[in-house]
Amino acid sequence: MSSPMTAREVLDREYLEIRAKILQLAASFDRLDRSAGDYRQDNRLDLIQKGLDLLSDPSCPDRAEKVQLVFSREFSENWQEELGVTKSRS
Amino acid sequence: MYYIDPHIHMVSRTTDDYEILARMGCVALSEPAFWAGFDRGSVESFRDYFRQLTDFEKNRAAQFGIQHFTWLCINAKEAENVELSRQVIEMIPEFLDLPGVLGIGEIGLNKNTRNESIVFMEHVDLAIQFDQQILIHTPHLEDKYQGTRMILDMLNSNDQVDPGRVLIDHVEEHTVEAVLAEGFWAGMTLYPISKCTPQRAADLVEMYGPDRLMVNSAGDWGPSKPTAVPDFIIEMRRRGHGEKLIRKVVYDNPVEFFQQSKGFVFDPPEMPEVETIET
Repeated sequence: MSSPMTAREVLDREYLEIRAKILQLAASFDRLDRSAGDYRQDNRLDLIQKGLDLLSDPSCPDRAEKVQLVFSREFSENWQEELGVTKSRS
Repeated sequence: MYYIDPHIHMVSRTTDDYEILARMGCVALSEPAFWAGFDRGSVESFRDYFRQLTDFEKNRAAQFGIQHFTWLCINAKEAENVELSRQVIEMIPEFLDLPGVLGIGEIGLNKNTRNESIVFMEHVDLAIQFDQQILIHTPHLEDKYQGTRMILDMLNSNDQVDPGRVLIDHVEEHTVEAVLAEGFWAGMTLYPISKCTPQRAADLVEMYGPDRLMVNSAGDWGPSKPTAVPDFIIEMRRRGHGEKLIRKVVYDNPVEFFQQSKGFVFDPPEMPEVETIET
């Protein structure tokens, strides 16, 4: 199932919202720069940068899903052994 | 449009909220047992909480024509106390035959720990033992993907779990596909900052179709909006989706899922006919 709206209609509707969100991000980064202290070693910045890289890649499909994964802890298939629990109780 | 909010914590909301929900078209809601914002100290605290859920809230909702249903458990945030969790799990059956009790929930994971996993599996065993449906909370933010995969592992490794009777809640872009692919129901929670927005929930309906998908407000004592489901309805209308499709997500799907529980004795409102629009 797809959206009933055409791409042009989506862009017409969301252009100003996207613009506003980009400005919000820009202002947040400016605010960080103006603040005292060095934040450049904070690994959250790496995650933010990876998210921004995904957004700026026009060939990247499913951006929302990929951005979610950037900000997610990794899953280990062996989690039950690592935690010492038994999965199956049936 | 009449709708059902399948996940909202009304014990944390005011009576004015009930009135607003009724004005917005909410005809029924289901309230999973939740964390109070602090860890409760004894099983008696939970017994009182379950009385509130099964008695007081049902009556408070009824004053506004809203039918109240509920789910019982000890929340994952309190599951680190395994001894207390087991006392609560042992006490829950006292309430399972009361009117409006739909099953065990919202169980799940919070920080994806060993104790949370143990208590989760013991809740699942309880649900199977008493033939109850299950409502599941998936973790927040960076813990969601890992926790959802762990939850799916635990459910899929138990051959007595019927995925069609399990609702896995708070799905987002990176978890919805796996939940639906395994045959479970999926809930999208509409929150101001974390979880889903009405726009992103509408995207997921467009991407995955409306089957086994629901939307909820998960309104509670934190930042949340109890009228978020109508926001989703408006977003879908703005995109040009038909009333039949919208109603399936916000009304028909909750009814279809809940009616698998013997505690779901529902008096449906008189529904206006909606045009048939191919989805």
